Amino acid sequence: MFKLQFDESKCFSCDTNDCLTQCQYMDIDPGTAETEIRKIINGEDSFVLHDCATCYACEEYCRRGNHPFYLIVQRQEELNILPLPDPLVKRGVQMGIPFRGEPEISEIKGTALNLGVFSNLSRFTQGRLFENLTLMSTDSRKMFHYFCQLMYLHFGRISVINDRLGKIIRTIAAHKVDEVVHFHDECYGTYTSYAPAFGIDVPFKSIHLFEYLYNRLLELKSDIRPLNLKVAYQRPCSSRLSPDKYPYVDKIFDLIGVEHVPREYVGKKALCCGGTILGQKRKGSRRLALELQEKNIDDMKKAGAEVCVFNCPACVDTLGQKVAQNGLMPLFMSDLCRLAIGEKAS
Amino acid sequence: MDTIYPSLVHIVGEGYASFRREELFTYSKDLGTSEPKWPDYVAAPKTAEQVAEILKLANREKVPVVPLGGGMSLAGLALPLKGGIALDLKRMDRIIEVNEKGRYAVVEAGVSHGKLTAYLHNQHPHLMHSEPGAPPAATIGGNLAIHGQGDLAHPYGFNTDMINGMEIVLPTGEICKFGSCAVGAGWFTLHPLPDVGLFLGWNGATGIITKVSLRLFPYKKFREMEIFVVEDENLIPEILYELTHLGLTEDLVAFSSAIPPFSDRLHHVSINVTGDSEAEIELKRRLIFEVKLAKYIESGVGGIAAVSQAIQRPQVSKSADWKKGGGFEYVGSIMPVSAYPECYRRGAEISTRHHIPYTILGRVIGCGHAMMFSWSYAFNRADEKTVRHAREALHETDNIVMDLGGVIWKPAVFGQELLLAKMDVNTLSLMKKIKLLLDPNNIMNPGNWEVD
Amino acid sequence: MALAEYQYNDVIHRCFRCGYCKFPTDWSDVTNCPAYARFRLESYSAGGRLWLIRAWVNGELEWSEHLADIVYSCAACKNCVEKCPLSFNEDIVNMVTAAKNEMVEMGLVPRGVKKFLNNVQLHGNPYGISAGRRTGWMEGKSYPAYQGQEFLYYVGCEGSFDTRAQSAARALGDVLTNSGVSFGVLGEKEVTDGNEVDLLGEDALFESVAEKNIRQFKKAGVNKIITLSPHSYNAMKNSYPRFHGDFEVFHYTQILADLIKKKRVRGVSGPDEEEKITFHDPCFLGRWNQEYNAPRNILKSLPGLTLVEMPRNKKGAACCGGGNFYTDLLGGSEESPARIRAREAAATGAGILAVACPNCLTMLEDAVKVEGLENRIKVRDIAEILV
Repeated sequence: MFKLQFDESKCFSCDTNDCLTQCQYMDIDPGTAETEIRKIINGEDSFVLHDCATCYACEEYCRRGNHPFYLIVQRQEELNILPLPDPLVKRGVQMGIPFRGEPEISEIKGTALNLGVFSNLSRFTQGRLFENLTLMSTDSRKMFHYFCQLMYLHFGRISVINDRLGKIIRTIAAHKVDEVVHFHDECYGTYTSYAPAFGIDVPFKSIHLFEYLYNRLLELKSDIRPLNLKVAYQRPCSSRLSPDKYPYVDKIFDLIGVEHVPREYVGKKALCCGGTILGQKRKGSRRLALELQEKNIDDMKKAGAEVCVFNCPACVDTLGQKVAQNGLMPLFMSDLCRLAIGEKAS
Repeated sequence: MDTIYPSLVHIVGEGYASFRREELFTYSKDLGTSEPKWPDYVAAPKTAEQVAEILKLANREKVPVVPLGGGMSLAGLALPLKGGIALDLKRMDRIIEVNEKGRYAVVEAGVSHGKLTAYLHNQHPHLMHSEPGAPPAATIGGNLAIHGQGDLAHPYGFNTDMINGMEIVLPTGEICKFGSCAVGAGWFTLHPLPDVGLFLGWNGATGIITKVSLRLFPYKKFREMEIFVVEDENLIPEILYELTHLGLTEDLVAFSSAIPPFSDRLHHVSINVTGDSEAEIELKRRLIFEVKLAKYIESGVGGIAAVSQAIQRPQVSKSADWKKGGGFEYVGSIMPVSAYPECYRRGAEISTRHHIPYTILGRVIGCGHAMMFSWSYAFNRADEKTVRHAREALHETDNIVMDLGGVIWKPAVFGQELLLAKMDVNTLSLMKKIKLLLDPNNIMNPGNWEVD
Repeated sequence: MALAEYQYNDVIHRCFRCGYCKFPTDWSDVTNCPAYARFRLESYSAGGRLWLIRAWVNGELEWSEHLADIVYSCAACKNCVEKCPLSFNEDIVNMVTAAKNEMVEMGLVPRGVKKFLNNVQLHGNPYGISAGRRTGWMEGKSYPAYQGQEFLYYVGCEGSFDTRAQSAARALGDVLTNSGVSFGVLGEKEVTDGNEVDLLGEDALFESVAEKNIRQFKKAGVNKIITLSPHSYNAMKNSYPRFHGDFEVFHYTQILADLIKKKRVRGVSGPDEEEKITFHDPCFLGRWNQEYNAPRNILKSLPGLTLVEMPRNKKGAACCGGGNFYTDLLGGSEESPARIRAREAAATGAGILAVACPNCLTMLEDAVKVEGLENRIKVRDIAEILV
């Protein structure tokens, strides 16, 4: 049984409690934060467990390398304080069950590209940027065999992740890969943040998509034509698990000649796309999600963005059409990069 | 010498009639579990006059006639149980008139639902008709002959409630009109003339629908589907009651199925919401989720599974292929909405017993006045054992419908017998008189709705 | 008698006969399967045909000439492949072809098919005309023999022998010449591409034809091929690689669209008055090879012409029935696919019906005549419009 490696002493000696005081969805003063974090550590009920938007951001806010978000989710499960209604939890948990046979495992030489559960997005991995990578699986019937499971952090279901992740890791490892580029932040976060936090062994090296794209663009530098676009970036929740890779966003933007517009909800203050909040059982959640979306998009517009860049397919599902309705072009980061080297977006 | 075939050729033209096994074969097979029943001839008329000629011929020769449209009933309703002429009406495919302001379309019975939808989409984008969940090749006439329902069933009822007039060829060959068109007026209303409508739901046993005026309804530009989910099936009737009280949605369907796994033992309600603007849609969403369904969300027993999804036509043939077997058949029933929980439980039990992943669905008809509840059973066409299981499951389900106080919809012969056995004797006697009056030689789809 | 060897025994039962395959992409009617449009009896629809084949393969139905006619009435237009929502859709035409394979093997094919195959075997073309007359299409023109030029211009059987298609073949020869394309022709040495032989189910003959062509092309040093017919294009591009025939194959519209873009097509003049033109997608260029833009780009570039689309176009285009012109199984009626298509083209108000396939050219020109539409619309191969 995997156990969260959580160092309580770090919290007890923390005088900022950034994990809670910086939360954008709960207004918590430092004193309350200290009380509530202790309650959470001690396994007691806390309003934080009820009101958590499950945006992952506290993992980044914590300056001491502890795992406040994983702890919150663990406590939500233990105390059965689920942010989502029960049928949504059950639906989500059942969704990840593979039901169409076992995947065909082929040995991959060199670096692999893992689309995770989004094998239907293989069209976004075309062109020269990806020509050095081998796609691990494009068979959408087998996608749940590559599903990193981290989505269940939104569902208060650490146990599901821990039950299933080992098999997923074995499936990926069966391809005999040394290095895997993960198309989605969430997979990268699973294998580089969550797994170590729970002492789960990962026998392959993970590479963040943005780091890969940046390095690949450097190789193709002579083909880059500055795009001269103003862009906003919709930072997904799972990016909070790899804040060290977030600087690649600006490094890529600089390299391909786009301006990352200065705005309020950027970086640490990035807003959730609303996808998860919308379904939560807390009163007014749907309205809150809509307000967040409106605030976020208004902020992008006010800053003069022409393009909204995404990494997370779930954010695209939730926000893609809305940004388009507001006159911004929704684009995956990989597509933006393709445009910069003279290719067409997917 | 057989005179029927040359007579059919004379009526419908060379090539549109056949007595060859290669043609008859297809008409002998239903898409569901029914055993094959061979016709002796097939003919594909183009006009009501040709239909009338064929019926006169059939009366002279005492040959059964079995009309069919898309042949999609799945319950063997267009199989020639006693041989005779399979009458394929799909060449009668003209869209004769669309009255934009009066919101109706006059079409020949063989027009497919797909064709009418595409035509309205292109020529009258503000109008729609109620398209059934069947594949788009299902025909307007066929659907009316079995009291079908479509995606406007919640606001407007059965498709047979949406008729403004009909042209029928009687079994004896007379062409009759019903509704305002009968007095030479337009095809805009079925009422207020005396009711002589004895043709709907008879599976063609009392006459052949050749033309129909179908009511059309506003097609709103912004269209989407919301999905609400609960685990407790007992909540479904009250949720549907709340939503039908609100009265602001189009199609309302509750469903559950063992495959794909996410829907297993959960009950989803798909809610089609439309509007002429995003503001109208958002107002409706707000009333649905923040007024009517909020109590379920906040108490954690119901959740918003998806919002603003594109409304997609159901692709029933995909259900048929879950087990890569190319077949499924369902029992449809018209049920009180309150029966949903029991229907689900009993259906899931039957499915489990027959090793078939369960698939159930209830579509609201009218303001919650009823629902069409269906139990689907997939089978592998190449594996007789699975076909047998499905057939048995279907029969057991027919019995459940009767047990639960429902009415089997478009029953196969087995179900028809159950219904007739339970029917009020005076009603039964009236049905018999009507049938005898209209079809004295019993040539029309014999074996269907047959009252001894 | 059951056919245990039938290649699709494990799939063919999966057709539900739901009828999606009858529709074009815009769902406008159930008549986009050419054989079903012609006969309107279920046996002729894609689903009906699959069910019949299964019944024959299972021994439920005996073979008959009529059964063979129904199987061979499939024009291989791939509309069913496009519209079937199920995962085996790619194999629908293959299932029909596999049934034809069995019939060929057993010598049980319709007479027209037998004649076609015999002619190919004896004369290298389906017309049964001696190979020596294969250069008749040039009619005094002196297109260079292939001697290592950049392109082999492969004319194909229709372009070589059919009088109407010969005009298109010459027009293309002239356009290529005028545009300075380096090309040569095989003349008498050309043999059929085999596309139809393959689809008629005679795979051994197809293999021999393909290998003969490949040997000849390789010996002559051919690397790049321009075909007049999309049928040739399809066979050489998609099937020849199976026999190690890896050439760069182009349909002529692809080459010309590129040349027009580079402004290398010279001397093209438009009509005196502004005229509407419509385009009929050949199945073997469109649905078989997803090339919808090249011919349209050519037409859009021409002065004085406005391209108007027929309601059924591109992926949803109605087939002219030419996929089995050799059997004439779909002719003889005002509901013949070519006549339906001719009426549809005329209804656009276009004065020209442009085609990019010699089969379509002959099918549709005949249909326009039979329909009495000659004064309203003319059928022209795109190459002819460019001359």
